[in-house]
Amino acid sequence: MKQVNVDVHYVTRLEGHGNIVLNARDGKIDELKWEVIESPRLFEAMLLGRYYEDVPYIASRICGICSIAHTTASIQAIEAAFDVKLSEQTLLLRKLLYYAELLESHVLHTLFLAAPDFLGVESIFQLVETHKDIVVMALNLKKLAYNLAEIIAGRKTHPLGCVVGGFVKTPDLNELKAIKKRLEAARHDFETIVKLFNTFSIPDFIRETEYIALKDPREYAFISGDIASSDAAPTPLEGYLGVTNEFCVPWSTAKYARNKRDSYMVGSLARFNLNHDQLLPQAKKAAVDLGLKAPNYNPYMITVAQVVETVHVLEDAISIIDRLASRGLKNEIPEVMVRAGRGVGAVEAPRGILFHDYTFDDKGILTKANCIIPTNQNHNNIQKDLEALAPSILNRSEDEIRLKFEMLVRAYDPCISCSTHVLKVSFKK
Amino acid sequence: MKPRVAFFDFSGCEGCQLDALNLTPEELFDLIAVVDIVNFREAMTECSEDYDIAFVEGSITRESEIPRLQKIRRQAKVLVALGACACIGGINCLKNHMSMEEALKIVYSKDAKYYDTIPARPLSAVIPVDYYVRGCPPITSELLKMVKALLLGKKPDIPNYPVCVECKMAGNVCVFERAMFCLGPVTRAGCSAICVNSGRHCWGCRGLVDEPNVNSEKEILKKHGLTVEQTLEKFKIYDTYTEAAK
Repeated sequence: MKQVNVDVHYVTRLEGHGNIVLNARDGKIDELKWEVIESPRLFEAMLLGRYYEDVPYIASRICGICSIAHTTASIQAIEAAFDVKLSEQTLLLRKLLYYAELLESHVLHTLFLAAPDFLGVESIFQLVETHKDIVVMALNLKKLAYNLAEIIAGRKTHPLGCVVGGFVKTPDLNELKAIKKRLEAARHDFETIVKLFNTFSIPDFIRETEYIALKDPREYAFISGDIASSDAAPTPLEGYLGVTNEFCVPWSTAKYARNKRDSYMVGSLARFNLNHDQLLPQAKKAAVDLGLKAPNYNPYMITVAQVVETVHVLEDAISIIDRLASRGLKNEIPEVMVRAGRGVGAVEAPRGILFHDYTFDDKGILTKANCIIPTNQNHNNIQKDLEALAPSILNRSEDEIRLKFEMLVRAYDPCISCSTHVLKVSFKK
Repeated sequence: MKPRVAFFDFSGCEGCQLDALNLTPEELFDLIAVVDIVNFREAMTECSEDYDIAFVEGSITRESEIPRLQKIRRQAKVLVALGACACIGGINCLKNHMSMEEALKIVYSKDAKYYDTIPARPLSAVIPVDYYVRGCPPITSELLKMVKALLLGKKPDIPNYPVCVECKMAGNVCVFERAMFCLGPVTRAGCSAICVNSGRHCWGCRGLVDEPNVNSEKEILKKHGLTVEQTLEKFKIYDTYTEAAK
């Protein structure tokens, strides 16, 4: 009789806390659970009664890793509620700021959190001994993204300059031009990353699911568009509740979601599957080089899709700075007229689609809030992936099962600090 | 043997740990030349129960977090609170203005019974804290200075004057002159007034200076057109716990 018990308490190199529990005997699984055990932070309650100006400041603190995503979704929800019109300059700067976070977060995930698994070490700190060049490159790219955000909004973690209606301080064009040179120089680093990922052996595991992401006819969408699905026609943002259908399960402090099937996936692979046609040529080439072809149903490829996205974001950031340079930057004052109403904001956070939904009274005081984070939408899909994966690897050693499970969960880049934390594989004895 | 440094997180956004990794290669290599980082869940798989210096992020919002924090305190020779949530309770304390049952019900409605939560509190409400790295988020260079001071066995130099001092040195036009509110006059400095430099006002994330003239601050805010209610709302974001503990 072979008994397998896996208990990973706090899967590490995740932004959050989660556990995986697996109990199996004679090739039969008794229990397999993806448990999220984060203390509830209750943001929807904390936002109640706040004046609209304070709302994005507080909402940013839902997650320090994707604080620009939360700030942007929050700002856009308020702008929808108050029907605020934005200048083209604001739209360009907002996207550029957004790209800073995407670059930083994807570099953090691909090189700091995921790469150690493929290189057979336990952390980026160990890579200092074995792959110093990668560590230097990763830190420099992270710093570059931080510096880009600092020029536009004062800082990256919990940005300051971006507000409802625009920016309180106009960035310095010379600083933008200077950082553009550094972005151009970083092209070489991303070629290196593509080559590096080509040497990794990505686990082969296929499970088709529903893929959900923003879609905008004009571009590869991150902060605009409707809700697209691989299984259904697009839904306007206001209809997001009909897509997410959240529900609670007793073993997890995070909510779960499902739409047309048992579960759905959000994040870079969902975006790639739905919007790959709109990637810039350099990113399309990177996808070909990495063997990523749409539609792809291997969740381990989420990390590879992130590498492709970084190439796209880098190129688009460079072209946005060119456009800002040719049109010049004006000092604009954000104009906001408060009114009673409801608004939904949605963005593609690095790890998937994120919704903020607010209602305000006529004094601009928040009376109702709902935030649905990407990781919560993925939990159910992670559970179904684990269920599909487990039978095929039950005959391997516990260490190998643990690693495969951890790598799968890590591929989703779960950001469980967003109101929740994740990961433990427990092999129960 | 090199001192062993561990990072731990409780309830918070983990932005403090993220910014702790915002180092230049030189800074990282210098750091790991003098300390062993043995526990950093956000960035490494290995974890160790044997450490000398603990940096702890987040506030305490669940019963089960209390024994976990006490265990860290027993093990660590030096315990440093990292960030506003750990130092002063942070924005998590906004929920303390309502009953926990009510807060859970607003978020989880009929499923509220699955969740447990207690009023948010800083680390010092549970265990003695040796040092504080303040801010939401903290400034990375300040964190490095703290590590350096601890390694040299020196007492870290923490400002106990208001943000206004650094704001004036930065050459900013006073926020009150721009018809906005500001908590700079009562908030502990050390941030170089980064929020005002970026076109905003001070939110008070580093907590109050030791002897803040809060009444005079409230007068200033009133003079600039804010009602008592609005003024109190501004203090709530970071000072809910401090005010309630008085």
